[in-house]
Amino acid sequence: MNTQTNIPEDMELVYGFPEALTEVSTHYCPGCTHGVVHRLVAEVIDELGIRGTTIGVAPVGCAVLAYNYFNVDFVEAAHGRAPAMATGLKRVNPDKVVFTYQGDGDLAAIGTAEIIHAATRGELITTVFINNAIYGMTGGQMAPTTLPGMITTSTPTGRDPILAGYPVKMTELLAQIAGSAYITRQMAADVPSILKAKRAIKRAFLTQMHGLGFACVEVLSTCPTNWNMDPWKAMEWVKETLAPAYPLGDYKMTDEVKALEVR
Amino acid sequence: MVKELLKGNVAFAEAALRYGLEAYFGYPITPQSEALEHLSGRMLEEGRVFLQAESELGAINMVYGAACSGVRVMTSTSGPGFSLMEEGLSYIAGSEIPVVVVNMMRGGPGLGNIQPSQGDYFLMTKTAGHGDFRPIVLAPASVQEIIDMMGLAFDLAEKYRTLVLIAGDGAIGQMMESAELPPMQPVRKERPAWAVTGAQDRDMNLITSLYLNPDRLEEVNWRLQAKLAVIRENEVRCKEYETADADLLLVAYGTVGRICLSVMREARAQGLKVGLLRPQTLWPFPEKRLLELAGQVRGMLVVEMSAGQMLEDVERAVRGKTPVQFYGRLGGIVPLVDEVAAALRKLDEETSQEK
Ligand SMILES: Cc1ncc(C[n+]2csc(CCOP(=O)(O)OP(=O)(O)O)c2C)c(N)n1
Ligand code: SF4
Repeated sequence: MNTQTNIPEDMELVYGFPEALTEVSTHYCPGCTHGVVHRLVAEVIDELGIRGTTIGVAPVGCAVLAYNYFNVDFVEAAHGRAPAMATGLKRVNPDKVVFTYQGDGDLAAIGTAEIIHAATRGELITTVFINNAIYGMTGGQMAPTTLPGMITTSTPTGRDPILAGYPVKMTELLAQIAGSAYITRQMAADVPSILKAKRAIKRAFLTQMHGLGFACVEVLSTCPTNWNMDPWKAMEWVKETLAPAYPLGDYKMTDEVKALEVR
Repeated sequence: MVKELLKGNVAFAEAALRYGLEAYFGYPITPQSEALEHLSGRMLEEGRVFLQAESELGAINMVYGAACSGVRVMTSTSGPGFSLMEEGLSYIAGSEIPVVVVNMMRGGPGLGNIQPSQGDYFLMTKTAGHGDFRPIVLAPASVQEIIDMMGLAFDLAEKYRTLVLIAGDGAIGQMMESAELPPMQPVRKERPAWAVTGAQDRDMNLITSLYLNPDRLEEVNWRLQAKLAVIRENEVRCKEYETADADLLLVAYGTVGRICLSVMREARAQGLKVGLLRPQTLWPFPEKRLLELAGQVRGMLVVEMSAGQMLEDVERAVRGKTPVQFYGRLGGIVPLVDEVAAALRKLDEETSQEK
C-alpha cells in the first residue's frame, strides 16, 4: 500500500492506493468489474509483499492492456496462450510468482488446451479467470460461457444449444484434474462477494508460493456494455442469473491449500 | 576435442545445450524427435529446463514466455508443427526477443510424409507469421555445420534481439556423420536489462507486440525494418566452390548443396567449368554475390527439394542478367547426382551458343 500519503500523526493509514497498481484511469466501461478484480489482485500482491517478484501475463480480450494498470513486470500473450507463456516464464523463474489474467473467450474457447494442460502439469502458476459470459472486446459475440437463450451479437435470437452448443463450465472441469490444487468460483457483484473473491485470489497466490499446485479463481463478472444493462442491473444479473447457472464455491481445495492461513 | 559419430538431430540438440541452452520446450514430430528425446534426459542432467508441451502452439508460447525472461531458449519441429508455431513466431518477432527454432523440413503439403524436403522455404524466409518481419534463416548442409550454426544462431538472435530459424531437412536430421561438438558452456547467470524478471528495485518491464496507436506501431515497424536492413547488410553467409573461373553456376542449399558439390566435381572432371554457390543464410539471401556472378557465368541451375522456391530469390537477385534454370524433386525425394548432372548438361547445351 502506498505509504507516501501524508497523514496526521494521531491517525493510521487503513486504506490507500495499492502500490501494485499504476495511478492511471482504466479504459474499462463504467460498471465493468475488470477494474474491481484488477484492484483485488493488486491488493493481494501488496499484502503478500511480492510486487518485485511477480510477473503477470495479460490475455487478449478487454484486459489486453492490463499491463498499463499493474505496476509489476508484464508480458502480453497471444489469444488463449497465456498459460503456456506463464509456463515458460515460471519454469525459468521458479522463484518468481507468475499469474495469468484471462477472459472466458481467452481461457474457455481458443485457449482450452493451454489451460487444461497447465493444470494437468500442476504448473505453479495462478490464473484469474473473468467469466462475463460474453466476448467483450470484439463487441459482444457469444462466448463459450454464454447462457442458453442469451442474446449476443452472434446469437441474435438467443443461444440455441442445438446450433451453438452448451455453456462450458471450466471450474468444474479444472477441478477434475490431478494437478489442480485450488479451483474456486467467486463473483464480483456486491461488497461481500468482492471481499470473498479477494480472499480466494490471495489463497490462489499462496497456493503457488507454497508450491502446492495449479490454482484458478473464476470470477463471475459484469459486461454492462454488451449485456445492454446499466451497471446496477448488471450486478443484479450476475447474482440472479449468472451465479445460479455457475454455482459459486470451492470446487477443489487440497488439504495443504485448506491449511493455508489467509487473512 | 575429438570427432564422434553423431546423428544430426542429436548433434544439434547436444550442441545447443553446450552453447548454454537454458530451456527447451517441444512436441514430438518426425523427423526431428531425436532432438527432443536427447534433451529430455540431458537438460535435466545439467539442471536445466526441459518440457514436452501439449502441442506446438503450447511449445512456442512456452518458448516465448521463457525468452521474455532473457534466457537462451529454443524449440525444434518439422513442417506441420512449424505451421502451428507461426502464431508464436509473429508475436516473438513483434516483441523483438531472441528465440531459436529448428525446422527439419519434411514432405508436404498437409501431413505429406516424413522424408527430407525443402518445401518450407517460403514459409521460413517470407511468411513465418502475420505482419511485416523476417527471421534470420540458417541452412546447414552437414552434421558439423548444424552444430556450428547452433552457436551462431544464439549469438545472432541475442545480438539483434531477433528470431533465428534453422532450415534443416530430414536428411540432415537423420544422417550420421563424424563431427566435433563444442566444449560445455554453463548457462548465462545475468539477465538482460529488458527482461521480465520481477520489478525489484526498478521500474516495471513490459514485453508486448501490441501498439494500438497506428503512429506508434508504424514507428515500431520502421525501427524493426531498420534493424533488418542492418542484418541484410552484415549477416549474409554463403559458401562458394570453384566459382572463380566458373562458366556455369549451381545454386543449392542444405543436403542438395552437398549433392551439387558432387555434380560439380564430376562436371569439372569432364572439363566443364562449373561452380557452386551454397547459401548458408536463406535470409538474408546472398543476392549481391549472385548478381556479381550473373555477370560472369553463362547460366545458373537452381536445384531444390521443392517445386522452385529459392528459385524465385535467385531470379530476383540476378535481374535477368543470366538464364536461370531449375531442377527439383518433390514429395520427399532427394535428387540423384545423375539427374542433376543431366539438368546441368541441358543448361550447358542451351547456353553454349550465347556469350
Ligand atoms: C487469434 C485471435 N483470434 C481472434 C482475436 C479477436 N479477439 C480479441 S478479444 C476476443 C474475445 C475476448 O473475449 P473474452 O476472453 O471473453 O474477454 P473479454 O473481452 O470479455 O474480457 C477475440 C475473439 C484475436 N485477437 N486473436
Ligand atoms: S466491453 Fe464489457 S468487459 Fe469490456 S470493458 Fe466494457 S464492460 Fe468490461
